[in-house]
Amino acid sequence: MKTIHSSGKWFGSLGNIIMLVLGLSLWLMSSQKVQAQEPIMAQTMDSILPIDLKEVIVISSFNRGIEHKSQPNPLSTLDEYLESSKKISMVKRGAYAWDPMLNDMTSERLSITIDGMRIFGACTDKMDPITSYVDVSNLSDVQVKSGQQGAQHGNVIGGAIDMHLEKSNFKPLGWTATVETGYETNNTSQIVGGELNYSDENFYLDTDIIYRKAENYTAGGREEVAFSQYEKYNLSANTGYKISDDQKLLASFIFDEARDVGYPALPMDVSLARAFIGSLSWVQSNFIGNLENWESKLYANTITHIMDDSQRPNVPIRMDMPGWSDTYGFYSQAKLSFGNHRFMGKIDGFYNRSLAEMTMYPNKPNEQEMFMLTWPDVRTLNTGLYLQDKINLNDGVLKLATRLAYQSFQVADDFGLNSLRIFYPEMDQRQTRTLKSVSALYHKQFKKWHLNGGVAYGDRAPSVSEGFGFYLFNSFDNHDYIGDPNLKNEKALETQIKVTLPLDNLELGLEGNYFHARDYIVGEIDPALNEMTIGADGVKVYTNLKYANLYNVSMDMEYKFTPELNWSGRVSYHRGTDHNGRNLPFISPVDYRSQLSYAHESFSGSVTLSGAMDQTNFSPTFGEDHTPGYALLFLSFGKTFSLGGNTLYVKAGVENLFDTYYSTYSDWNNIPRMGRNFFMTLSYAIN
Amino acid sequence: MKTIKSLIILIALSVGITSCSDENENPMPVTENPLEAYNLTSSFEANGHMLELYSEKEVLTTGYNELYLQIKDLSTGEYIPNATITWNPVMHMTEMSHSCPKSEISVTEEKTVYKGFIVFQMASNTDEYWELNLEYSFGGTTYTISETIEVNAPADGKKTVNVFMGADDTRYVLAMMPLAPEVAINNLSAVLFKMESMMSFSIVEDYTITIDPRMPGMGNHSSPNNEDLTYDAATGNYTGKLSFTMTGYWKINLMLLNTNDEILKGESVTEENESSSLYFEIEF
Repeated sequence: MKTIHSSGKWFGSLGNIIMLVLGLSLWLMSSQKVQAQEPIMAQTMDSILPIDLKEVIVISSFNRGIEHKSQPNPLSTLDEYLESSKKISMVKRGAYAWDPMLNDMTSERLSITIDGMRIFGACTDKMDPITSYVDVSNLSDVQVKSGQQGAQHGNVIGGAIDMHLEKSNFKPLGWTATVETGYETNNTSQIVGGELNYSDENFYLDTDIIYRKAENYTAGGREEVAFSQYEKYNLSANTGYKISDDQKLLASFIFDEARDVGYPALPMDVSLARAFIGSLSWVQSNFIGNLENWESKLYANTITHIMDDSQRPNVPIRMDMPGWSDTYGFYSQAKLSFGNHRFMGKIDGFYNRSLAEMTMYPNKPNEQEMFMLTWPDVRTLNTGLYLQDKINLNDGVLKLATRLAYQSFQVADDFGLNSLRIFYPEMDQRQTRTLKSVSALYHKQFKKWHLNGGVAYGDRAPSVSEGFGFYLFNSFDNHDYIGDPNLKNEKALETQIKVTLPLDNLELGLEGNYFHARDYIVGEIDPALNEMTIGADGVKVYTNLKYANLYNVSMDMEYKFTPELNWSGRVSYHRGTDHNGRNLPFISPVDYRSQLSYAHESFSGSVTLSGAMDQTNFSPTFGEDHTPGYALLFLSFGKTFSLGGNTLYVKAGVENLFDTYYSTYSDWNNIPRMGRNFFMTLSYAIN
Repeated sequence: MKTIKSLIILIALSVGITSCSDENENPMPVTENPLEAYNLTSSFEANGHMLELYSEKEVLTTGYNELYLQIKDLSTGEYIPNATITWNPVMHMTEMSHSCPKSEISVTEEKTVYKGFIVFQMASNTDEYWELNLEYSFGGTTYTISETIEVNAPADGKKTVNVFMGADDTRYVLAMMPLAPEVAINNLSAVLFKMESMMSFSIVEDYTITIDPRMPGMGNHSSPNNEDLTYDAATGNYTGKLSFTMTGYWKINLMLLNTNDEILKGESVTEENESSSLYFEIEF
């Protein structure tokens, strides 16, 4: 199936060698640095209590945060930011709208939110993850919480990804503006963006806009990947008004629209993906009694996603597959401190409507159109209560958290209900489920070592596709999928451990987690059913596996040669099997990333090596095959110029320097990734 | 206190947004004429009576026709209740004549309305025509009437009746009863008659008709959870379940099995054999 270029193989084996060297040097350095005797400040991730196990991916624009410069290509897509993070990997079906995975789990097992707002994609084929409806211009950072540590945002198994919008937040900056533009050679990608902000102590208004247009990209060896083009623009506004010293009214709005998006790994493209995302918040520092930091939000969003194959030259049958997803929700949370307890309580709820259609146009012109509802207008109502307590103990910190939620599904469309009743004649129109989560996390400092360990239990309801999907074609394993409304909730028992050793110039970290998931939901072949899609191999019905085990281990290090010169590296290993020892799909092989970065005054530069080893534990039943290893090299340089009080920031670089032809384990249908790509971005800030 | 109030308002608002109701009220219309919902396909005047023939369809077509009759006394304008009616449709072909499968005619709950069905095997054309012979009696008198009726091919051209010779050298007529197809599991009914002679057809009991719905326009895929048609002694019909997973053109491939499960007509659909020689067609 896959035809990797010979150079790809060569770099694959080079990758293995580099891995070895990296591992060896890590070990050498750690043994040297443990002997350092100076007292070291504990590095904290949370200003109060260093217990939250989360990763923060900083995206903020360059004039707001110097961290921006750490990303080799500052105007790269949000997807590329996420992919460069430690914990997230991306399923790719083309150049646009990559689907984030956390702990090797995708959206149905995650909560993906924008400032705590729940949003659900409108595409039955996961072509519009929530991350595709925002852009780097909107965001200050992304917080990644693994497993039940993400339960604050919803009922999850894999964890939570919360994207934080960038806000001036009443800083007395007055008017500020930035203009940014970027160009990439490989797919002649053009990026133009800008922001205009006003902020004083009582009021702020932030606006930004970004436009991206890219043609087909070429894989290594100059092979053009057809239908990989995209065009999108995004604009957003954030505003805040202080009603009194401790009362703030905030509002945010995002409009995002992508057109003519090609999905080379799929048989269909997207002519339109559009989102309106809005919220209104009330923030008050003092609430009732000793409750404080009261924050409440009302939000609504609506997504339209039009999938079609009008641009494809040869298809067995023409079809349109539009989908819609509307979500309305709220949350209200407050904190309480007494003694050594830090409580946080949150009530939240959302109501989602998911509807998707499929119309097929027969080749015989006088025949009727074929129509079906692939998501039968499913109304999901979820209301939950989340409580968390961080307890400062003498010798450590304990964090306890729980979520209790009630979720109901209703199939509102009779056409869709009758369709599903073909498979499930006794199916009810409405069903309810109770969802639970409990977790305990303990942090202890032992000499210079920081130890974090936790156990947790949580469950989740099936997603709309898993519960109610109707002939959803999966081009990866070439099967049509049917949902099952009678699926049991998926449950997971989870443990995680993290050890960090922050020394003088060196920081070492080792992190691992293990999920034992009961009633793990996957599609299994039902040989009695006949595929609907022309060319498909059969039909899979979502079922509860007895159990599945997943574990992830990663090691990371950071070493400061000098204050200017920094070396970071990480290696991770993942494994996932079911109760029969069968491999689960989309489990990463060993992957690694190492970056040498230099920043001095106005100049910055970095060399990044990233790659993966051979994927040997793949899942043939899900259509996976062996993905060879690869290694890639990225270079980037940046310089800041001062122009009459304003700042010009120039960054240029090259990605995939050796033009390696490769694809990763998470590339849908082994679609090759981008070959050599030169980029340059210019950012001009008017202060 | 104020904050509690605003919190409550906030929650109330959000609940207000999320609660939705969907009420479908569809009151039944009250009708004076019991056959208002049907189409008057023919009316014949004879013996001082007007005989009115109503159908669900706009015209008589080949296949199964559910028909309603009323007899109007032209002198009083009253409809006559509780009459006894028999009928015999005859096809006058160029070289021969034959009848077709038909039911008895019964009085409905509305005593002036009579009901039955006729399965026309073929349509009328310029040289060949259908004649409906009716014999009705009430008040001790028997009347007869013969009129030509027009039988059309179905407007959509879809096949709902099969006339065929079985492997047992018997001629059968198999007709699908009217079906309002939905993307759902549909109740499919059919009638199966054996041709005893040119003028006589009898109901066949206890055979099985297997069904295999396919979409030739979409890779000839099938649908799940169909149930073969079996004989229902109470109605004299064959009934089963037919599922459609989408709208469009469906070919319902059939096989006729006798009581020994021997195939009398039809073939299995396979990779090589796209359709059976015995089938119905539905498009919606």
